[in-house]
Order: sequence, then C-alpha cells, then structure tokens
Amino acid sequence: MKEFDPGDSAASIISVTDKVRPVAIPAPVTSVHFLGDRAAFVGAEENVFLASGAGEITPVAVHGGGILCAACDGTRLLLGSDDGKLVSLDAKGEVTPLATDAKRRWIDNVALHPDGAFAWSAGKTAFVRSGKAEEKSFEVPSTVGGLAFAPKGLRLAIAHYNGVTLWFPNMVATAEVLEWAGSHLGVTFSPDNKFLVTAMHEPALHGWRLADTRHMRMTGYPGRVRSMSWSAGGKALATSGADSVIMWPFASKDGPMGKEPAMLAPLSARVSAVACHPRQDILAAGYSDGTILMVRLTDGAEILVRRNGGAQVAGLAWNPKGTLLAYAAEDGDSGLLEL
Amino acid sequence: MSDPTSPKIPVTVLTGYLGAGKTTLLNRILSENHGKKYAVIVNEFGEIGIDNDLIIGADEEVFEMNNGCVCCTVRGDLVRILDGLMKRKGKFDAIIVETTGLADPAPVAQTFFVDEDVQKNARLDAVVTVADAKWLSDRLKDAPEAKNQIAFADVIVLNKTDLVSKAELDEVEARIRAINPYAKLHRTERCQVALSDVLERGAFDLDRILEIEPEFLQAGDGHDHDHHHHDHGHDHSHDGKSAGGLKHYHDEDMQSLSLRSDKPLDATKFMPWLQNLVASEGQKILRSKGILAFSDDDDRYVFQGVHMMLEGDHQRAWKEGEPRQSRLVFIGRELPEQTIRDGFERCITT
Repeated sequence: MKEFDPGDSAASIISVTDKVRPVAIPAPVTSVHFLGDRAAFVGAEENVFLASGAGEITPVAVHGGGILCAACDGTRLLLGSDDGKLVSLDAKGEVTPLATDAKRRWIDNVALHPDGAFAWSAGKTAFVRSGKAEEKSFEVPSTVGGLAFAPKGLRLAIAHYNGVTLWFPNMVATAEVLEWAGSHLGVTFSPDNKFLVTAMHEPALHGWRLADTRHMRMTGYPGRVRSMSWSAGGKALATSGADSVIMWPFASKDGPMGKEPAMLAPLSARVSAVACHPRQDILAAGYSDGTILMVRLTDGAEILVRRNGGAQVAGLAWNPKGTLLAYAAEDGDSGLLEL
Repeated sequence: MSDPTSPKIPVTVLTGYLGAGKTTLLNRILSENHGKKYAVIVNEFGEIGIDNDLIIGADEEVFEMNNGCVCCTVRGDLVRILDGLMKRKGKFDAIIVETTGLADPAPVAQTFFVDEDVQKNARLDAVVTVADAKWLSDRLKDAPEAKNQIAFADVIVLNKTDLVSKAELDEVEARIRAINPYAKLHRTERCQVALSDVLERGAFDLDRILEIEPEFLQAGDGHDHDHHHHDHGHDHSHDGKSAGGLKHYHDEDMQSLSLRSDKPLDATKFMPWLQNLVASEGQKILRSKGILAFSDDDDRYVFQGVHMMLEGDHQRAWKEGEPRQSRLVFIGRELPEQTIRDGFERCITT
C-alpha cells in the first residue's frame, strides 16, 4: 500500500495565496486602512505607507514618535502619537495637523464620526471637535481606554476603569455612566445603536443593551480581545483573542444574551485580527502564526490568503466597496488581494 | 543567566519613601556614560529635573483584577504605557519605572505576572528601594508604605549615610534586615552606587534564583544558622544575637521566614500545599522564592511569587555532588509561621 496517500489537509483548503500582491513595508506595522482604493499601512512609529493597486509604496511622515492610535472613515485617516499630536491623512498623502496636546501628553485614542466630527483622548481627558463648533472636553475618573461615536447623534462612548461614560458633547445634560468592574480598553456601538460592547483588560468582552443598560458578559477567551469587527448589517460581532474567530450574535433584540457564540476557522494559533466584509457575509481573520483566512459566515467555509510561518498579523482592512483586502503583518510583510 | 538574545526589555522599578533620593539615583543612572538609552516612566514631575529624551508621565492607576482577589492588582497605566513604548522598540535598551514615595511595589510587579502582552515584550528586572539612612527608622514606625518598599526590595540603596553616625547606620541597617534579610544592600552618599549593582540584576529571572541566603549571613560570620529557629512570640526588639556584626531585630509585623529540607520533597504534596498557601495567605505574603529538590526528579525546580501569583519551572539538573537541599523564603506581614512550617514538614518525603 505504498501508493496510499493520506492527503495533506491544508491542500484541501482553497487557496488564493498566488493572487496576493506582496507589499513589503520597510518597517514594523500596527494596522492597515483604506483611503479610497489606496491602502494605508500605519507604521509603529513616524510613518504611514500608502500603497497603490500596483504595489507602489509611498512613505508619508506623519509623526515625530510612536503612532499609538488610528481611525479611518475611508477618506480620512486620523493618527495620534506619543509626540502629543493628532493629525489627519488623506488619500493624496496630505497631512493636516488637527491638535497638539498642551502638556504634550500621549494621544492614546481617536475616533471618527460619520458626519466629520472626531474625538481623541490624552490621559483622563476626552476631546471632541465637530464641524464649526468649538472643541469640547470631558474628564473621566481614570485614563481613557477607548473611544467610539454612536452611529446616530453626537454621542461619544468613553471607556475607562470600571465602566463607560456616554457623553453628549452638545448637550448640557450630565453624562451617563455604565458601570462594570474592571478596566475597559476598547469600545464599539452596534451599527443599529442598540448595544455597546467593550473589550476588557481581562480576556472578556462586556456589553450593555442601551435601552435598559442590561449587562452582557462575554467570556471564555484565552487572551485579551484586541480586534473587533461588526459583520455586514451588524448582525454579529467578530472578535480576536481565541484560537478561532468568536462571533457573537446581535441580530435579535436580546443580542447575545443567553446565546452561544459561533466559533469559526479554528487553528492552532491565536486570532490576532478580524475584519468583516462591508457588504457580504464574509470576514478575514489573521492569526498569531501569520495565517490569514477568508471565512464565509453562513457555513464557515475557508479560503487561504496567507500561509502560516510569517509574523503575527497586525491588521486587516477591506476597501469600502469590498473589492480589495489589505493585510499587514507586524514585521511589515504585507499584501493586497483583489477579489 | 539572562539570554542576551532575548528581545524582552528589562524594567527596573525604583521605589523609596519621599525624599530618600530616588530622583538622585535616577539622574545618576541616566547621566552615567554607559552608552545605553533608557525610557523613564515617572509619576511626579518633581522639582528636580530629569535629563532624558524619553520621559513618560504616569498616573499610577492601580486596578483590581476581576477575579475576586483583593490583592490581585495591576498598574493599569503601566499596561498602557508599555504597550505604547513597544512601538518604539529599538529606541531604548531598558525601562526605569519611578514610583511615588507612597506607592506599593506589588501592583507594579504583578503587572508583569498578569498581563500577557507585557510579559511578551518586557521583563521585570528588579525592585530597587532607596532608603534614607537618617529617617528610615522613623518611617518604618509610622509609614506602612516605607516598610512595604523595604520588604519588597531586591536591592536596597541605603542613602545619605554621611548624615548619620556609624552606630545610627548599623541601627538602621539592622532594622532593614529584620524585615528583609535577602535584598542586596548598598550604603551610599548621594546614591553613589555602581550601576551594575542596581541594573541588570535579573532578580525575577527564574534562572538566576541561585542563592537565597540572607545576605548578612554571607557577609558576616559565615555561621550557617537559621535565625528564625528561635522564639518569635516576643514583640520587642532584642540585641541578644549578633550576626555579621549587626544587631538583630525583629520587626513586629513584617518578617521573613526561611524553610529548608535536606530530604527531598514530594511534588504531589508540595505543589498543592504551596498553591493553597498563597491562595489563602497571599495577601500577607509579599514575596516568595524557592529552590526545590523533589523525589524522583533530577532537576532543580525553582519558583517565585508576588502575593498570590506564582511562577515556577524546572531550572537545570542537580550537579554531581551538589547537595540536593530545598530552600524557601517568604517575606510578609504577620506570616503564620507555625502553620507554614507544619505544612512544609508534611511535604517532605519520609
């Protein structure tokens, strides 16, 4: 029976690795975004690298230090740094300074509102600037861990130790505090504005149903959740932190309360980045061993985008139309895939 | 030995009561011609300036972990700052964290046990405590923070020795030794200490837990005795016993406890006992360390802990002719000595 071949299980996965256009960023990369159809790879310090479809790389100096946070709406990429500055970058590579912290504190977090308003934080203070309106600030009891704008109205969620503060910068009313013990480091609203979810310092998510502030505990992760992405239409929240993509269901009025999450694309490596396709029920998942998979949400079918063996995947992004996928590995070894 | 190829950045924690000379030591470290670049995390932008490119102001935020354990606290600001600093890897060789005078070093140390990302990128090198020779004895009476910092230290820089007499200096050193006989102690004026004595100590490196003998015994008469064998029930200082020329005190609430056995330990009994001990008494135990000889095991097992957090591993094979002796040390507050001794005895194979 020497002809017997048990088959390579990896070979049974459909692979598109040969269609990926490699983009060799000459520096460590922490995230990737799309400005129109140009991929913007955010370096760990000082530079953003703009890559065109042809794979041409243009470095743009944006900061005089480490780049700590980034937020992108498809036309603007906002970047905060340990040089105390917040800047905006557009697809043409033009850099616009937006704010400088008076005490040169680190700009730890940044968020963008669909109508053009933006928010950032330094230490315990969150700042908001919207349209022609003046800059406003709000101080929370401990250092800001994360910022997110609600999809409707000008409302900012500020994550911190022991909870989240919901602040309406244009209203006199006092801010609402959603309490939950522990350190909250990331925050996101569901696209339907019904739920708020935080990624905690411990390996867990916490959620609130905003109508009645009912709590939702989402636990079981072996590692901290650093990447969250809402599926098209906001039906589910995809998360990193485990050895498979953990998808929490949010389609019903109770969200994930009393429900089990879906576990997709299990590997013997930790999921480090997730990005849901903007229109279809597909997501891209990157792993600690360098693997990248595209996964169909309906049946879990997988397509291999990048083999294992490379550096941990630092970021994934789809262009707004969903025709391009960009990935960035921690060591700069990146790529673009046209679908 | 620390691995020179290890990409983990060493972090030195600098503590000490207000006015002891932390900033003086920090500036000495930074100004020395060592060719190294430091990232410095400070909590007080004090009157004394710090001359360094990379200075980060921290808020000293102590966060409780959500595991129902009140002593499991971490420094939330450090988690964030170390995360941010790692984006600038290559711009510095080491990190120094200067705490406030009133800080408890435990949350800083525990940050390195608890946080996965911190662990991946950085390692705690040592807790260095600067003590004021003139005022420390008073502070040990009225400031629990000062006592904590001494108890927690791997290295103690006993500073301002020029402001006290020889007798006063011996007195304060004896007070320190009553709390922490294991730290390396350096007597200094204006923090004049060799940098190699405070940096790259590897005090939390399991591979470097080589000896856990009380330092004054090594330096002193060499007489191998365990000073805890005599009565602990008294609550006054006594001058009865001399070791290494120092007076011998007992601190009323902070002690160290050393255990040893020449017979091998039963790992199946010892491990549950140790875990149970730190789970139930972890709030009292500030630091713990041990080198262990298990029956049917040719490797030395080493462990160390901070409050309830433990880490341990097989270190290396016992050498030919090396006495297979188990030694453990606990430093803590109101340690239940007899309970610990009895529990330990039951882990020794018969």
